[in-house]
Amino acid sequence: MPFVPERRQRKRSPERRTLLRPFIWLSQHLQSALSSLGQLRRSPLATLMTAAVIGIALALPASLYVFARNLQQLSGTWQPTAALSLFLHLDVQQPQAERLAQRLLDKPDIQSVQLILPDQALESLKSDPAFAEAIAQLPENPLPIVIALAPAPRLADPESLEALADWLSSLPEVEFARLDTRWMQRFQGILALVERLVLLLAFALSGGVLLIIGNTIRLEIENRREEIEIMDLVGATPGFIRRPFLYIGIWYGLLGGGIAWVLIAFSLFLLQEPVAHLAQLYQMDFHLKGLEAKELGTLLGGSAGLGLLGSWLSVGRHLQTASTR
Amino acid sequence: MIRCERVSKRYPLSGEALSELRFHIASGEMVFLTGRSGAGKSTLLKLIGGLESPTRGQLFVDGRNLNQLSPRQMSFHRRRVGMIFQDHRLLRDRTVFDNVALPLVAAGVRHQEIRRRVRAALDQVGLLGKERTQPIALSGGEQQRVGIARAIVSRPPLLLADEPTGNLDPDLSREIMGLFERFNQVGVTLLIASHDLALINSLAYRTLTLDQGRLVADSGTPHAFRA
Repeated sequence: MPFVPERRQRKRSPERRTLLRPFIWLSQHLQSALSSLGQLRRSPLATLMTAAVIGIALALPASLYVFARNLQQLSGTWQPTAALSLFLHLDVQQPQAERLAQRLLDKPDIQSVQLILPDQALESLKSDPAFAEAIAQLPENPLPIVIALAPAPRLADPESLEALADWLSSLPEVEFARLDTRWMQRFQGILALVERLVLLLAFALSGGVLLIIGNTIRLEIENRREEIEIMDLVGATPGFIRRPFLYIGIWYGLLGGGIAWVLIAFSLFLLQEPVAHLAQLYQMDFHLKGLEAKELGTLLGGSAGLGLLGSWLSVGRHLQTASTR
Repeated sequence: MIRCERVSKRYPLSGEALSELRFHIASGEMVFLTGRSGAGKSTLLKLIGGLESPTRGQLFVDGRNLNQLSPRQMSFHRRRVGMIFQDHRLLRDRTVFDNVALPLVAAGVRHQEIRRRVRAALDQVGLLGKERTQPIALSGGEQQRVGIARAIVSRPPLLLADEPTGNLDPDLSREIMGLFERFNQVGVTLLIASHDLALINSLAYRTLTLDQGRLVADSGTPHAFRA
């Protein structure tokens, strides 16, 4: 075939080219993505080391997040240990108290009720030697009937518990309602602190990941300067030249996110047994929860996004083409 | 094909490389650009190829005013201009095939089409069968022909060559020139920078002479120009 300048033998009609454009675009991206992955595979050790650093950096906030979530789950497990005590008026008799307890049990906000009769309460006090002697002196039992109740687990926040306690106090049979929220408030406080820590750590370490990826991409650009120049002079658009580096950033991010996930899963595996044993000692049914699919998606998506951002920043600073010089 | 209107190029450190260049090269011409090293030959080729932009003046290539092109349009411009260098500018870690295919890959041409066109280009320069070879395993003349194949693979109407025979012996040089003449015969415009006066004088083509960034001689078209 003789060499003829293209403009004399262009065959494809402009309409056909326009139709093909999305496919060309897609296939170019796919090609870039795969060839970038191939690039990384050619130096597996260096790639793995960089990805491991990113993975460890991501694993820190992510594992703290898992810890916080398990704490939250634990608070759910604790709830049935009665947070509300209703002290009834002294003149309220047992049948009346039982009817009240039944009525309360029918409320959706209340999970369980337990009637504590004055005799039972007195017995349990007597078993404590510090009280035994004083109680023996009493002419009659001074204790009221107490209803211990556990709110429904969905009422986890102090505000709605407070509202429930207020309503209970207003019942005619009730002398006063004691809401034991102090431990809960403390617990919520700790949780809030841990959650804030997760955010802080995630923020700081994301910055670190950006720097790591940015620097790795800078080196990559340095190594491939000759190729960049040649691609530039044969007419590759700036976008085309940038693309493989952006994909390398995304791959590093994804790999790092994957490593973080493996690290978390492995630590959970190591902790699972001692935790289960401890829970059993407290007669609780508690199992550590790992990352759910949605959270794993967030982790991987976030890390890929960080990779893209890091390489994008680096490419903007370091990648010079003839057009940008 | 190339219209140069009072084009100047000044570098911040080394001063004026080209000053007030004014010439016109018609479509289908084959023109030599000569002058001592440092006269501005390479700079002029880089301006025409869109690798650098003039400090002053207007440069039209194939009807495009290069001053008015966006970076993206500049990339498209480079696809329509084949460039050949003295040091070949090949990628050493890629095969001959991959090197020649680069412009087509950059342009998003489909695979089968790339295969077909790369083979056609290699056939033109007589290197069919060396596709899987690394450039390092080739002789200087062969490497230069790979560079030429890369320049013509997207069938540009304009070829720019910067000292294409600089490192070659006279026989190989003549061979390369023969290749260029063949391209010219099918309508490609060529601008070839060279300081090999013996070679230039043995061929009867228009010659532009640069000296210290100025156009000091234009031989004009020596024989009836075939359009």
